[in-house]
Amino acid sequence: MKGYLGLDIGSISTKGVIIDEKKNILASSYLWTEGNPVQAVKKVLVELEEKIKDRKIKILGVGTTGSARKLIGTMLGACSIKNEITAHAIGTLSKYPTVKTILEIGGQDSKIILLEDGMVTDYAMNTLCAAGTGSFLSSQAKRLGIDVKDFGKIALSSKNPTSIAARCTVFAESDLVHKIQMGYEKKDIIAGLCYSVASNYLNNVAKGKKIKGPILFQGGVSKNIGVKKAFEDLLKTEVITDKNGHLMGALGSAILAKKNSKNEVFDFSLKDAIFETNGIECKGCENHCEVIVVKKDGKKIDAWGNRCEKGMIKI
Amino acid sequence: MRQILAFPQLGDYQYPIRRLLMDMTHLEVLEVPPITKKTIALGSKYSPDSVCIPFKYNLGNFIEALEKGANVLFQAGGGCRYRYYAEVQETILRDLGYDFTFVQIIGRDHLRFKELYHIFKGFNKNLTRKNFLKNLIFAFFYITYLDKIDEYIRHRVGFEVEKNSFLKLKKAFIQKCNKAKNIFSLTKIYYQYKKKCKKIKINKPKNCLKVGFIGELYTAMERYSNYNLEKTLASYHIEIKRFTNLTYLLWKKALFLPIMKRKVKKYCKYTLGADGMDNVYRVLWLKKHGYDGIIHTKPTGCTPEIGAIPILMRAAQEEKMPIIFFSFDEQSGMEGINTRLEAFYDLLTLKKEAQK
Repeated sequence: MKGYLGLDIGSISTKGVIIDEKKNILASSYLWTEGNPVQAVKKVLVELEEKIKDRKIKILGVGTTGSARKLIGTMLGACSIKNEITAHAIGTLSKYPTVKTILEIGGQDSKIILLEDGMVTDYAMNTLCAAGTGSFLSSQAKRLGIDVKDFGKIALSSKNPTSIAARCTVFAESDLVHKIQMGYEKKDIIAGLCYSVASNYLNNVAKGKKIKGPILFQGGVSKNIGVKKAFEDLLKTEVITDKNGHLMGALGSAILAKKNSKNEVFDFSLKDAIFETNGIECKGCENHCEVIVVKKDGKKIDAWGNRCEKGMIKI
Repeated sequence: MRQILAFPQLGDYQYPIRRLLMDMTHLEVLEVPPITKKTIALGSKYSPDSVCIPFKYNLGNFIEALEKGANVLFQAGGGCRYRYYAEVQETILRDLGYDFTFVQIIGRDHLRFKELYHIFKGFNKNLTRKNFLKNLIFAFFYITYLDKIDEYIRHRVGFEVEKNSFLKLKKAFIQKCNKAKNIFSLTKIYYQYKKKCKKIKINKPKNCLKVGFIGELYTAMERYSNYNLEKTLASYHIEIKRFTNLTYLLWKKALFLPIMKRKVKKYCKYTLGADGMDNVYRVLWLKKHGYDGIIHTKPTGCTPEIGAIPILMRAAQEEKMPIIFFSFDEQSGMEGINTRLEAFYDLLTLKKEAQK
């Protein structure tokens, strides 16, 4: 049986899926990146191999996406290395062909993708600020002393969400502390945070975009029912979340791998190879480009980051 | 003391401008070091934080030039906040303790030849009106030819068979032009290189992707400030149309303004400052000429373009033209830009495939 592997290596979590030729998910894995994408991918590969070992599946292509797509793609010899926007759109379209809007909030970035007739027509990503992303919510959860997984449930129990200034993560935090000291109830503050994430997203990332249904809400934050409800209240329409919502990027990159497959069988033993990355500062001029060199078992396999020929590293 | 002239970088225009200053003043004109991270670090350190990015690049250029021994600085101006660059930069540099002469050549929005003549006469007593005119015409032709060659290259560079063949051609072209004695030899070089340019092997499909590059002038013309956007686009095999160049800004724009005003009546009644209205016109032009998408760049905080963006968005929406906006400042990361650009490329490719 033929299979394709898709990996989405984000800042916070790493996702992997294996699909068959009909784009059905055969196995999936989801774990924390913990600041070490190489290690995380190795763990994902171990998990995936374990899950499919009883079935005879030949992996004929690897696709990567997410912020570490280039590094991991180089290491695994991926046949598709694609940005998150395209990967998410393709993954989502395979399950929801009529979707018109994708709201995605991840660990570090958030984006909006608008589609029409199964095609991306417009998109935007947050540019300057991380306010209203997953890492903001998880750091606030820590401050309030609760597990981020319970965030949504607690938020729903509030009848009177507190308003929190969420323009900027730093100011939101000071406003939050202020509200705690004023004596607001914890659940109201939590609900307020969920609203602030949603409204911040709509005012920044989705500014000037026409949001039409069906709307899909994805990314790690979509697991938070509090934020989902906040979106529904603010947009006054239904917002769909999928139980595999966090896997859409990986699914998209697996589909892309299928499209670009070179019919070479992927070997899981690659996970045992020793990969090393070094950052070298080019001394060619005053620009001091940081060149990243990737080594596999001590041998250089790729390098990037130079802006001109002076910083080129021979492989 | 020996006078050494310097002016801020602006893409490849450093060559014609340098030549012009040398011909006019017969003084040494410094080759300002190319823009690097150091330039922008210096520039940002001494600039007001909220000023637009070209100011910081220019200031960084000036500091590096002063450190290399320049003592006469040239700055232009006009259009937008660019008007204030000269005075503010002069003040900042004086506060830093540098000793220099500061010259602003486009003081009141328009290039005034009489004023220019007197400026150069101040440096070179032997400058005659005839020579002044001759040098000016030479610069005019140099810039025009440079822009024309650039346009040919932009149509082809994404499809070159041998890597960097156009880059090499342009370098050689500039080197030859720098040595040209008069307009006639310059013209000869231009036609020679135009022919060479057309002979370079390219592998261009008939319905390749075509993208229009619009926006603010500095981020359009100075490739360091737009993170080599055109090069990245070329690596995606895209044909590029860029409107902004010196030819346009110095004389074409004035000719086109009444026509543009008429054509964009639906969207704006007045000009928006700098190239704001021009960009609205360009959206309509690109649609009419079958382009696939538009890329708009500006420095963060560029007032005329910020005013233009909502109008551009509406025009693009009505014309069904995919458009993407980039705002550059010293904090922009290469990764984020490439991710967005790649997604834009995917959007255009999928759209084109669906149209077939």
